Amino acid sequence: MNNLQYQLGRSFIYSILIGFALLYLAPLYVMLITSLKDVEEIRSGNLIALPESFNFSAWAKAWSSACTGSDCQGLAPYFWNSMRIVIPAVLMSTVIGACNGYVLAQWQFKGSNFLFGALLFGCFIPFQVILLPMAKLLAVLGLANTVTGLVAVHVVYGITFTTLFFRNYYIAIPSELVRAARLDGAGFFTIFWRIFLPMSTPIFVVTVIWQFTQIWNDFLFGVVYSGPGTQPITVALNNLVNTSIGGKQYNVDMAAAIIAALPTLVVYIVAGKYFVRGLTAGAVKG
Amino acid sequence: MFKYLATHLPKVVLAPTAIVMLVCMYGFIGWTAGLSFTKSRMLPQWEFVGLTQYEKLFSNPRWMVALDNLLIFTLLFIFISLVLGLLLAIFLDRKVRGEGVIRTIYLYPMAISFVVTGTAWKWILNPGLGLEKLAHDLGFSNFEFRWLVDQDMAIYTIVIAAVWQSSGFVMAMFLAGLRGVDDNLVKAAQVDGASVIQTYWHIILPLMKPVFFGAVVVLAHIAIKSFDLVQALTGGGPGYASDLPANFMYTFAFSRAQMGLGAASAMVMLGGVLAILVPYLYSELRSKKS
Repeated sequence: MNNLQYQLGRSFIYSILIGFALLYLAPLYVMLITSLKDVEEIRSGNLIALPESFNFSAWAKAWSSACTGSDCQGLAPYFWNSMRIVIPAVLMSTVIGACNGYVLAQWQFKGSNFLFGALLFGCFIPFQVILLPMAKLLAVLGLANTVTGLVAVHVVYGITFTTLFFRNYYIAIPSELVRAARLDGAGFFTIFWRIFLPMSTPIFVVTVIWQFTQIWNDFLFGVVYSGPGTQPITVALNNLVNTSIGGKQYNVDMAAAIIAALPTLVVYIVAGKYFVRGLTAGAVKG
Repeated sequence: MFKYLATHLPKVVLAPTAIVMLVCMYGFIGWTAGLSFTKSRMLPQWEFVGLTQYEKLFSNPRWMVALDNLLIFTLLFIFISLVLGLLLAIFLDRKVRGEGVIRTIYLYPMAISFVVTGTAWKWILNPGLGLEKLAHDLGFSNFEFRWLVDQDMAIYTIVIAAVWQSSGFVMAMFLAGLRGVDDNLVKAAQVDGASVIQTYWHIILPLMKPVFFGAVVVLAHIAIKSFDLVQALTGGGPGYASDLPANFMYTFAFSRAQMGLGAASAMVMLGGVLAILVPYLYSELRSKKS
């Protein structure tokens, strides 16, 4: 009897878990099969029916010829825009964050904790409150509607998070280490370079993944600070979906959505462990 | 000079960040605050008109709809994500096989952009060919599902998509919390004859209080900032029925050239975030000291 009860309980647990797993997967499945159907099949079939044959023409169209507004070059140029924004922004914000975190954790001075608190606040503010003056500043600097401008914005507002990550990582390292190294005559940068950097690989991975995901997925800064030709992929995707020249093409929409999601999905699948760590670190805020 | 730099190196390294933050965060917040007291439209103009923009804001029906929506969205989104996340975490914590795979599946939406999420759900929920058609094909010919184009229901489609995206994350937070529970406590309870449900309800759940508050803060924060999901899923429509404050701010500040009004709405949003954050940080700091 007891055994039967146990078996029932286990099957209940597994059916709930697997049921929800299917629910979470369903949108991805629907996107994928829709992207492989042609328009006629979408109209005659239904949401979950498998396509009769795999048809990749919607993917080709989404990549290179679909219209995003009046411009019909597909997502490709915007995909590369996003890359040109993401790569420098991630590298710069990560390096600056590492230096800041090193100082805030190991070279504290009078007021450094206050500074950290003031910086931390930046993780929480709704960006709406800085959108207007930043637009003005970018215009004054001649960076409005440029990739450089977007990189700068992402670096400025990414530093808060990257600093937080590194500071919380380095604070766990005993301060005797720095003291001993200084007695041996090592300076600020030598200690950073020879002692701290070699043990920082995990936090670098966490930070790079976090920043990559945040910046790749950004829509707000993209839509406000980019112009025709410099838009990131999220903005282009939204334009593509809302452009209905020649009728709605859900297969192209879905292919485009998957293309836009692919880089962060790949990162998640390859380095999920670090992704989750960044998520919880970024969420709980130390 | 060189010697000064060498001894003050830590401060020198931090200085650029400090200056940028001072300008681009605190300075900009001040600028936006100032702007919200002016009658700026297309361009900033510094003629002060007191609280006029705030009065205009709160007598604007569109803003009031956005606030109502934010309330509905935040409460439902937080509540459902918490219940679902906790439930899945408890089940996952019962030593199941394939835990890693299942956990990965629950969390992957979190890696995706809200714009992609919105695009996907827009297709799934579309009244013509989406869920409704699927139900008809399965034989439920009277099934109707038109929330996406229904003024009163559109905001709930945003709840659905947001829960799908973020509940896995809440699950991960609770799972980490559950893993930290002392096994001996659970064993002791069972020796005393407590059932599994009693153990969870009376012993484990109370221990989850900090995780619970942490998750609420994160989710509330996501909710207040929500912009891209609405933009991609409903475009704020039909009409402006599913607008949230962030969409209101964007529309008025950038599309409608009502800078003063947009600035006022941004300040109200900041106030909202602070109202949640300050008590939370205060209690966190106090508990750390004691």
